[in-house]
Amino acid sequence: MNLHEYQAKELFARYGLPVLPGQVAQTPEEARDIAAALGGTVVIKAQVLVGGRGKAGGVKLAHGPDEAFDRARDILALTIKGLPVRKVLVARAAEIARELYLAILLDRSRKLPLIMLSAAGGVDIEEVARTAPHKIVRRHIPLEGLRPYQARALLKPLFREGSQLTQAADILMKLWRVYSEGDCSLAEINPLAVTPEGKVLALDAKVILDDNADIRHREWEIWRDPDEETLGQRVAREKGLSYVKLDGDIGCVVNGAGLAMATMDIIKHYGGEPANFLDIGGSSNPEKVTAALRIITGESRVRAILFNIFGGITRCDDVANGVVQSLGQSPLPIPLVIRLTGTNEEQARKILSDHGLSATTSMDEGVRTVIAKAQEVMA
Amino acid sequence: MSIFIDKSTRLVVQGITGRDGAFHTGQMIAYGTKVVAGVTPGKGGEKLQGVPVFDGVAEAVAATRANASVIYVPAAYAADAIFEAADAGVDLIVCITEGLPVRDTLAAYHHVAELRQRNGTGRPRLVGPNCPGLISPGLSKVGILPGHICKPGPVGVVSRSGTLTYEVVQQLTHAGLGQSTCLGIGGDPVIGTNFIDALESFEADPRTEGIVLIGEIGGSDEEEAAQFIKRHVRKPVVAFIAGQTAPPGKRMGHAGAIISGGTGTAAEKMAAFEAVGVPVANIPSEIPSLMAEAMGRRRARSKRPAAARTRRARAASGSRQAARGRTRAAAKGAGARARKPVRRAASRAAGARGRR
Repeated sequence: MNLHEYQAKELFARYGLPVLPGQVAQTPEEARDIAAALGGTVVIKAQVLVGGRGKAGGVKLAHGPDEAFDRARDILALTIKGLPVRKVLVARAAEIARELYLAILLDRSRKLPLIMLSAAGGVDIEEVARTAPHKIVRRHIPLEGLRPYQARALLKPLFREGSQLTQAADILMKLWRVYSEGDCSLAEINPLAVTPEGKVLALDAKVILDDNADIRHREWEIWRDPDEETLGQRVAREKGLSYVKLDGDIGCVVNGAGLAMATMDIIKHYGGEPANFLDIGGSSNPEKVTAALRIITGESRVRAILFNIFGGITRCDDVANGVVQSLGQSPLPIPLVIRLTGTNEEQARKILSDHGLSATTSMDEGVRTVIAKAQEVMA
Repeated sequence: MSIFIDKSTRLVVQGITGRDGAFHTGQMIAYGTKVVAGVTPGKGGEKLQGVPVFDGVAEAVAATRANASVIYVPAAYAADAIFEAADAGVDLIVCITEGLPVRDTLAAYHHVAELRQRNGTGRPRLVGPNCPGLISPGLSKVGILPGHICKPGPVGVVSRSGTLTYEVVQQLTHAGLGQSTCLGIGGDPVIGTNFIDALESFEADPRTEGIVLIGEIGGSDEEEAAQFIKRHVRKPVVAFIAGQTAPPGKRMGHAGAIISGGTGTAAEKMAAFEAVGVPVANIPSEIPSLMAEAMGRRRARSKRPAAARTRRARAASGSRQAARGRTRAAAKGAGARARKPVRRAASRAAGARGRR
């Protein structure tokens, strides 16, 4: 789960990281009130889960409550990279003398957490990594954890002034606690700012949580943003389906993530465009199948649907029952193509044929058929 | 005729009385796997499908000489189960459970790695988590792969996926290409056995003649595998990468399958394989014919004099053959690939061309 900046800052504040005071607003009026309470110059920042908010006009300074109202109104009217801005963070503004980059993330190859540090902060770090990789310092955190002296040694070349070095090392140690105790896959401060007075601050915060760790983090539930989820995504999450909407017109329901991705690839290979990634998971039941069909038909552009099931733990007859039940409740207005093979395939075929449906065994054939049907619908 | 498991595998099932553990214990026994023990804390002394149940893995190993473990316990307890199996001294630990927090997997991974280093034997080996396990057709299966889609033969299969692996294995079988071992390494960001470990083992396995590698988006294991193949693998490899149409920033089911920061894309991975002469299938159904062609070329090559046949990457790093490889490569203007004997490079390049 990706956290909004305001949520990540809440998490940071809990661990004592220096973030500037601020609050989230959903209307210009709220933004004005928050700005009035904070006093002085504030920064209004769009809360959407994409990078490049600044470039898109989603970050503005405001000198006083009335200007905060205007800027918040402008930003709340924006759509950034396809995402409508529904919330803004109103925070006290800071003067900045230097901007650095500091992050901890998982190095999958070395299987250790990795600190990334750069004097080139405040900009897109991926751009820095591409164009000037020597500007990024990388250091793995040993299995036993990070020690304060290691933090100081790492930061020393970038913080010559004693007080700043101490502050920065304290920030890195706290960021490490956020990362490890908080089960993050990424904890990032960009920029890590130094004010003209020599104070070191976390001016922005980006956190990605390890979804698998939610079994021990009940507190994460309040961060789940219903506004960020479409109805389809919510239903998918509640039913334990893995779903990603795409731009095409051929819906697919598949068991297994790898097979689901491969199905999308095959659709594209034969000239179609997949409408979604949808993995109904291992032990599937008719209810999941019904939910999957409801999610996909809820997306307006879908012209035909392909079921691609390789029965292992998933039983083909369960899927067939789900299809039959679902169609019984609400007939499908678009063509349905079913490919299934594996566990209980024969029973599944019987169930389908009893209801006037048929299934193919070949994945390529299923894909070619569904593309043809989608084209017929279009014509 | 296989890697990691065979007729000598004596398996203990951790979580044997759970729903998945019980079901797959039956499936594994039916396939011919020697399931010698089960473990469920608090249920020691019971029997399940004739298999004695113990309270802990160490007890089970002491009583039954089990040398491999498979884990079906819930995610919250799975890392502990890996530690327990490793400390009990089994050689192979296969963790089927999905949904382990990465922090837990990291701790278990490094514990296993430390034991392995101390033992100096390459054991214990961890496979998974979040994987379908492995099967050496006709010999043994550990995990949840369906046995009936496999048949014994010369192709080694290694994959990050589950059902996609079944799909590819079934297509290989239909095409008459049996398998030495089919191994699902798992879809998580951190896994115990990676492509390189599998490639190294398949390369050393005398009965494996060709290797199918099924990768997916996310991470850089495929790119690292490609570099390893260039230096150390003489057997033909065919690759497929799932997720060519996946958008960046979205997790495609598997925790490890995400394109982040512009890296981990299918295009990059496919290019990495093609750059080292590994044919890449555009869709899974192209895999069997690519594999058959590649193995055919190798067999044809094997009919040449023995001196040429036995050149291996390891041997080639020895001075005489390396020198010969360099000379020949330079002669053909393939200086950049000098470490690889030239005939192989040329035939692979031809294979890649022939596909288009």
